[in-house]
Amino acid sequence: MAYEDVKTYAAMAGLLIFIALFVGVLIYAFWPGNKARFEEARNIPLEQDPEDPAPRGDNGR
Amino acid sequence: MQSTPMRDEFAALSDVLAIAGAVIGLLLGITLAMLAADEVMGFHAVLFAAASAAALVFLVGNAFGTGSLAGPNYQPEVRFYADNVIKAGVVATVFWGIAGFVVGDVIAWQLAFPALNLDLPWTSFGRLRPLHTSAVIFAFGGNALIATSFYVVQRTSRARLAGRWSPWFVFWGYNLFIVIAATGYVLGVTQSKEYAEPEWYADLWLTVVWVVYLLVFLGTLSRRKEPHIYVANWFYLAFIVTVAMLHIVNNLAWPVSFTGSKSVILYAGVQDAMTQWWYGHNAVGFFLTAGFLGMMYYFIPKRADRPVYSYKLSIVHFWSLIFLYIWAGPHHLHYTALPDWAQTLGMTFSIMLWMPSWGGMINGLMTLSGAWDKLRTDPVMRFLVVSVAFYGMSTFEGPLMSIRAVNSLSHYTDWTIGHVHSGALGWVAMISFGAMYCLTPWLWRRPSLYSMRLVEWHFWISTLGILLYITAMWVSGITQGLMWRAYDALGFLQYSFVETVEAMHPYYVIRAIGGLLFVAGSLIMAFNLWMTARRTVAEAGEAELGGAQPMPAE
Repeated sequence: MAYEDVKTYAAMAGLLIFIALFVGVLIYAFWPGNKARFEEARNIPLEQDPEDPAPRGDNGR
Repeated sequence: MQSTPMRDEFAALSDVLAIAGAVIGLLLGITLAMLAADEVMGFHAVLFAAASAAALVFLVGNAFGTGSLAGPNYQPEVRFYADNVIKAGVVATVFWGIAGFVVGDVIAWQLAFPALNLDLPWTSFGRLRPLHTSAVIFAFGGNALIATSFYVVQRTSRARLAGRWSPWFVFWGYNLFIVIAATGYVLGVTQSKEYAEPEWYADLWLTVVWVVYLLVFLGTLSRRKEPHIYVANWFYLAFIVTVAMLHIVNNLAWPVSFTGSKSVILYAGVQDAMTQWWYGHNAVGFFLTAGFLGMMYYFIPKRADRPVYSYKLSIVHFWSLIFLYIWAGPHHLHYTALPDWAQTLGMTFSIMLWMPSWGGMINGLMTLSGAWDKLRTDPVMRFLVVSVAFYGMSTFEGPLMSIRAVNSLSHYTDWTIGHVHSGALGWVAMISFGAMYCLTPWLWRRPSLYSMRLVEWHFWISTLGILLYITAMWVSGITQGLMWRAYDALGFLQYSFVETVEAMHPYYVIRAIGGLLFVAGSLIMAFNLWMTARRTVAEAGEAELGGAQPMPAE
């Protein structure tokens, strides 16, 4: 197989793989069943930090 | 964390392993120092041995004095989160930031007034330039990323950082790498790869540190109490994993001698150039973008006290960003020996990057929708939001410059330097400043920052500095590009190279003044953070807080 052929097939395979990946990501992101999970995940940073169970110490360094 | 016998045994084992590691480091350092084939290797080996010895003294003192090997009275006193290593990271971030900005401004003045290189090898532009880039990208940016990633992964996983000494090894090991790299540059040791200048032994050490970093991060994620892995952690993880891959592949080299500082890169010619810019552009994409996007996805929602605008968008943002960035490198090699199709591929992927970049920017900015007043009332929020605006601007400019025709004008000119700094100062540094202003009161348990008015001053001084910098470089770069390609009626080049250098002078002075403003702003921040951490809670309560805002709920 000549260099030109390798180049063409590699480019086509890359194109198809990336389109498939992107479509997969879109399906995953917009899948209705995932909505509740994402809503939960979205709020993670805002949840209250758990109380420190131990007094201030050397933190295990 | 409970103080069960199992935990004690785990702690004792950790201490023993850490002590063994320090002993091995010490022996390795001493051996290399004795066998060193050149002076720099000898110096670095002594440095390594000294660092190992310091770690050994500390570890032994801790283990037998107050720690796990102290006997039956051992009482582990631990807080839920491991925050001390993050505090150290905040200090290191501020320290290296100022050091890197100062060196950058020194070389900016050197370009305007070359006599400032003092005619000494150690202070010449060629040695100080990598010192500047490594200090700001890897020392300042890297410490900011390590510190914030340790903070974010613990909070969003509701789990303590994995490992007893590993996080500290990551912190000290990484900073030792920086000291070895930085002193090497000044002494003239470099493998001449941009942003990958450290020689083989420093690269190997960084590989060890980075693998431990990855393990600490993964270990913390694996013990999470939260079912989801929050999007910020995805970005941090992509940053850690990809930087490991980039670092190893680009630095494949064979040392001339195992006791000498010089090595030979395994690639040659255009393959070397392509590997270098695959690395170089992804250092931008994964070190300076993905990692700091992790910061954005935690600190903006946290500071604004509102969830991120769209979680769906953040997922599409993440996957499209990481799959596109990795291909953009060839745009650094337009009009070179690199095959045209590879140049076109790099250009096309760079242009496609507009989409995830702006998607991410919109996601960050729209998080404030309904709370835009915070931009007016909270200067820390302003740092975070303006950084995202600069991110949008520089990720618009980057794809534009990657177009081959535009690149024919912009490449090798100061436009590139201006572009890099709108990203580095505007995006990376501003969001790191915002994160440091958030983290310092949170970590030191202070009700607020020492002074909000000083944050305002920092914000405006550094924004003015950035604007002076990038506008000067736009004018200078386009002037330079046009002068280089100007022909006279007979087809000769119209300007000699030195004429283009002369034309740059006023812009170099403006740029250096902009840099000076940026340095001044960072000194204000250092003072403000120092005072915040130093004051006790009681003092903070009594003190007059100039324009202080109540801290958002933590």
